[in-house]
Amino acid sequence: MTFAGWLQIAIFIGLVVALARPLGFYLTRTLDGSLPGTAAIERPLFRLAGVDPREEQGWLGYALALLAFNLAGMLVLFFLQRLQWYLPFNPAGMTGVPADLAFNTAASFVTNTNWQNYGGETTLSHLSQMAGLTVQNFVSAATGIGVAAALIRGFSRTSAKKVGNFWADLTRVTLFILMPISVVIALAFVALGMPQTLAGSIDATTLEGARQTIALGPVASQEAIKLLGTNGGGFFNVNSSHPFENPTAMANLIQVLAIFALGAALTNVFGRAVGDERQGWALLAAMGILFVAGVTITYWAEASGNPLVHALGVDGANMEGKELRFGPALTALFAVVTTAASCGAVNAMHDSFIPLGGLIPMLNMQLGEIIVGGVGAGIYGMLIFVLVAIFIAGLMVGRTPEYVGKKIEAREVKLAMLAILALPLAMLGFTAIAVVLPNAVASIANPGPHGFSEILYAYTSGAANNGSAFAGLSGNTPWFNMTIGFAMLMGRFLIIIPALAIAGSLAAKKTIPASAGSFPTHSGLFVGLLVGVILIVGGLTFFPALALGPVVEHLAMLAGQTF
Amino acid sequence: MSKPQTSLFAPSIVGPAIGMAFAKLDPRAMMKNPVMFVVEVIAILTTVLFLRDFVGGGGAKLGFSFQIVLWLWFTLLFANFAEAVAEGRGKAQAETLRATRSTTTAKRLIEAENHDLYEGIAAEDLEVGDLVVADAGDVIPGDGEVVWGVASVNEAAITGESAPVIRESGGDRSAVTGGTTVISDRLIIRITSARGNSFLDRMIGLIEGAERQKTPNEIALNILLVGLTLIFVLAVATIPSFAAYAGGTIGVIALAALFVTLIPTTIGALLSAIGIAGMDRLVRFNVLAMSGRAVEAAGDVDTLLLDKTGTITLGNRQATEFRPVSGVTEHELADAAQLASLADETPEGRSIVVLAKEKHGLRERDMVSLGATFVPFTAQTRMSGVDMGDSAIRKGAVDAVLSHVGAPAPRKLTVGAPAPVVEVPETVREVRAMAEEVGKAGGTPLAVAKDGRLLGVITLKDIVKGGIRERFAELRRMGIRTVMITGDNPMTAAAIAAEAGVDDFLAEATPEAKLALIREEQAKGKLVAMCGDGTNDAPALAQADVGVAMNTGTVAAREAGNMVDLDSDPTKLIEVVEIGKQLLMTRGSLTTFSIANDVAKYFAIIPAMFAVIYPQLGTLNVMGLATPESAILSAIIFNALIIVALIPLALRGVKYKAIGAGALLRRNLAVYGLGGLVVPFIGIKLIDIAITAIGLA
Repeated sequence: MTFAGWLQIAIFIGLVVALARPLGFYLTRTLDGSLPGTAAIERPLFRLAGVDPREEQGWLGYALALLAFNLAGMLVLFFLQRLQWYLPFNPAGMTGVPADLAFNTAASFVTNTNWQNYGGETTLSHLSQMAGLTVQNFVSAATGIGVAAALIRGFSRTSAKKVGNFWADLTRVTLFILMPISVVIALAFVALGMPQTLAGSIDATTLEGARQTIALGPVASQEAIKLLGTNGGGFFNVNSSHPFENPTAMANLIQVLAIFALGAALTNVFGRAVGDERQGWALLAAMGILFVAGVTITYWAEASGNPLVHALGVDGANMEGKELRFGPALTALFAVVTTAASCGAVNAMHDSFIPLGGLIPMLNMQLGEIIVGGVGAGIYGMLIFVLVAIFIAGLMVGRTPEYVGKKIEAREVKLAMLAILALPLAMLGFTAIAVVLPNAVASIANPGPHGFSEILYAYTSGAANNGSAFAGLSGNTPWFNMTIGFAMLMGRFLIIIPALAIAGSLAAKKTIPASAGSFPTHSGLFVGLLVGVILIVGGLTFFPALALGPVVEHLAMLAGQTF
Repeated sequence: MSKPQTSLFAPSIVGPAIGMAFAKLDPRAMMKNPVMFVVEVIAILTTVLFLRDFVGGGGAKLGFSFQIVLWLWFTLLFANFAEAVAEGRGKAQAETLRATRSTTTAKRLIEAENHDLYEGIAAEDLEVGDLVVADAGDVIPGDGEVVWGVASVNEAAITGESAPVIRESGGDRSAVTGGTTVISDRLIIRITSARGNSFLDRMIGLIEGAERQKTPNEIALNILLVGLTLIFVLAVATIPSFAAYAGGTIGVIALAALFVTLIPTTIGALLSAIGIAGMDRLVRFNVLAMSGRAVEAAGDVDTLLLDKTGTITLGNRQATEFRPVSGVTEHELADAAQLASLADETPEGRSIVVLAKEKHGLRERDMVSLGATFVPFTAQTRMSGVDMGDSAIRKGAVDAVLSHVGAPAPRKLTVGAPAPVVEVPETVREVRAMAEEVGKAGGTPLAVAKDGRLLGVITLKDIVKGGIRERFAELRRMGIRTVMITGDNPMTAAAIAAEAGVDDFLAEATPEAKLALIREEQAKGKLVAMCGDGTNDAPALAQADVGVAMNTGTVAAREAGNMVDLDSDPTKLIEVVEIGKQLLMTRGSLTTFSIANDVAKYFAIIPAMFAVIYPQLGTLNVMGLATPESAILSAIIFNALIIVALIPLALRGVKYKAIGAGALLRRNLAVYGLGGLVVPFIGIKLIDIAITAIGLA
């Protein structure tokens, strides 16, 4: 570990914190519909769609609208892939995508996962890419922010029946948040040397005289929303480790910032909504502590390198699967950011990490992508953990637990536990079945605990809607296409529905003024408590699985055995 | 507390509790407690597996399996024992109450008008609306309202207080409780509670735990525990498949042990005991709650409405000061005031005599030997005093005394009219000034005059109870706002409020104003507690979230409230709040402890479980447990024994301190959170050493 490495990590954290407040202000105004000048743009669209943005919905109405929209999106995406042979914009003459893969890909993009079991350039037509995937990159992110907005309204409203209008939230987030910021980021990327062209590939002659085909395309625009919307589906197969997809250290910094920016700002939106920005900072602090701990462990593991390699006389960090340009610090940072935030873009191969270094990305996802998290998904996931933490701890001060003036009672606890159960069910359940199916085990590349980690990582990444792959696993089989597809849908909607139900239940409650008897939820004590509950409840769930994967592999490595 | 504390583990309670622990294994009873029901299912399953192996003769490690199965059953028995002990303590109290109930024979009137014509009937057979006669020496057969007569009643059976109380028809002291005894005179009582539904019945039911329904918070906590159990089902049920991938197998017994130690059995086992004990603590405080819900609500109270008289101040105003006018000594004033009050039997009058004695050493004198005649207070004169020969002393309301001495009344100036030339004597102005001062300070001035000469003013004041200011400060630290309710004018009320240290006051309070205040607070999302005794308090008592009716109060008030204070002591509201908080805190602390325990259990069992498949995981055996078997066994033994170890805490409750929520949480997190992390590491290690030493594993 080097000073320069830590300095880069510190600069990144400083920028995230600095951006949270101004972006939080901007998001708040956008979601209110009170951003100057936007009314003129949105009004004709709403009129065309027959939506009155002031006509709010109850939680159930909001949830049904959301589910209908996502179901429609999924069907469109599925049939676009299946029928692409008959549709225009298919210059390469791609044939219809097999049903299982089409299902997997549709689920993947609708759930903001961007798990890619397909090879983009060899499977999909331009129409499928543009009208299918790219559209979902925007609207799946907007869906997540919409759910967060509804839940935040649940906390901030008093004796209310409505939690917002899904169509209004979706439109405003897409038009006034995701699109403009994406344009800015894309331009910055272009300035840093990222290609943005509709031209095809270039044939080049290398120094050795060999001919090489260099693929080009509208990379910068795709990159911007890939990161900002925590989508993660890259233009090139190797994602952000490709020099065109992540050309410089500055581009790398912008990338990690773009991943965290909206998620971190949503904590500020929450703080503003409940009338006390410190509440938002407390949530961000809890996320920050878990984040820094993760970066430290991964950076330390990668920088320490592999003792077995050291024994061969090769000193230094573990550089297998890493870009030399980024080194262990920026690689560790990127890996932790992308898994903490449900993005799934990678600038290195997580499969090649030291086992302990690879454990952190996995644990980040297993905790539910709440460390800043996916856009929207991070804050609603975190707020669900807050409810559990508050319920346990609040009792210890001798009162019915309350958070930002809302009493946490049986209904909220039930819904929060349902949401928390969704992830272990999908991650552990599918893994348990897959590791004993010869058909599925045949897909793994390495034996022993490492192979186990590959399968566990795949379902973890899917259910957490992350989309990063551990590599090594050949996922494009009917079994994995179907089960990972289900895992993604479970991890998305089995949390969204309880989260919206909680929003409805909280909105209907009175807001109780704080007193000396209710303990302050903006204090360091609360932050510590929250971190403790997340680690214990989240960690205990996955302890046996992790022990049999990365932990045993790490211990074996220390004992001189690799897999 | 007027009742003796029985020790936690008195043999009279522990004996039957052991029997009950077995009886409660009935799955139908266990179903109510989901976590322990799951443990029972696991215990039955492992027992069957063990028996199969035992009969089949197969299966190595039969001794190990047997011990695990045995400790699973012990876990259940300990949980049942905890509940049985809590119930047993309540039952012990209920027994004495029940004895009074069953032996009562009622005298039911045959005709409402004829008080001497009645029939004997068993108390249980009385119906609502029946009229019964209770003569001196009779036990009152049921809860009711006195419709005729006045009598002294011994309520020791329920209050533990042997001094008799007066019960009479009409007014605020008309309610009587079944099981109490008439000491003098005769009462005609209309029965107001149906059979099996009297206070006594409810009290017995509640403290025995028979009628106990789960409270809202308990339900929520149960949901959390069920959720955690399901999570651990996923965590444990997937292990065999993971192990199969790694080429090994995991025994069902070991999995069962891991699962049972992980699920929150500690809190699951003690949850109902905590609830019963909370109710029991309240009863020991002589407060009877109509539901567990009310006790829980008490912990959440934000605003406390307290009547001034009797709660914040002593019942009556008392003389605190003699303020002579210039030219008169204080002793002279005291002497005159004492003489004027010698025959005055009002509490105010007595307090003047007492003050004169305390401050000026004036002994009580005999009116007759002084040849004095008492001039009693009348509504017309608004003065009282004495006439001794040709000397006359008067004391009373300031303007009454002033007009008595012939002082000119203050007049308004009229525009245009010549200024009235009235000489106001210096002493009159002085007395007026003093009276105003006293009034501003929350007191009542009494002027004293002797033979037409003003001597000065006596200050009468409400005496704020000793230590009450500190109690209110404590409540403030608990986050509870206190509001004083009084019929006084706002000025007096403000002065007393400031002296007593309450946060707010409601002056010139009417029942409507009280009700409005409660509604206003509730609209702000606050929970309100109040106590009251009169019929006019009933609407407010019903509206309040916690309404404590005084036992001396009317039937209407007692029906409206959700708690009854058998001692009729309004300050007890504060203790009631503390008991409510203690109940919630105990639940939270043990839940935290239970969950924190899991970390150590993982470190004990996971390396042991996978020892054959991945010996490398031995590194995780941070406790250095002897063998895989001893590790698993130690964890499950610890899990069972910790239940027994925590029974006293569950029954006594975690101590509540008014130190602010943040500090309280920090303290409890340190004790039960960090403690919960550390204790099992030590405990499991010690058990491991012990069972290895005696060769159990």
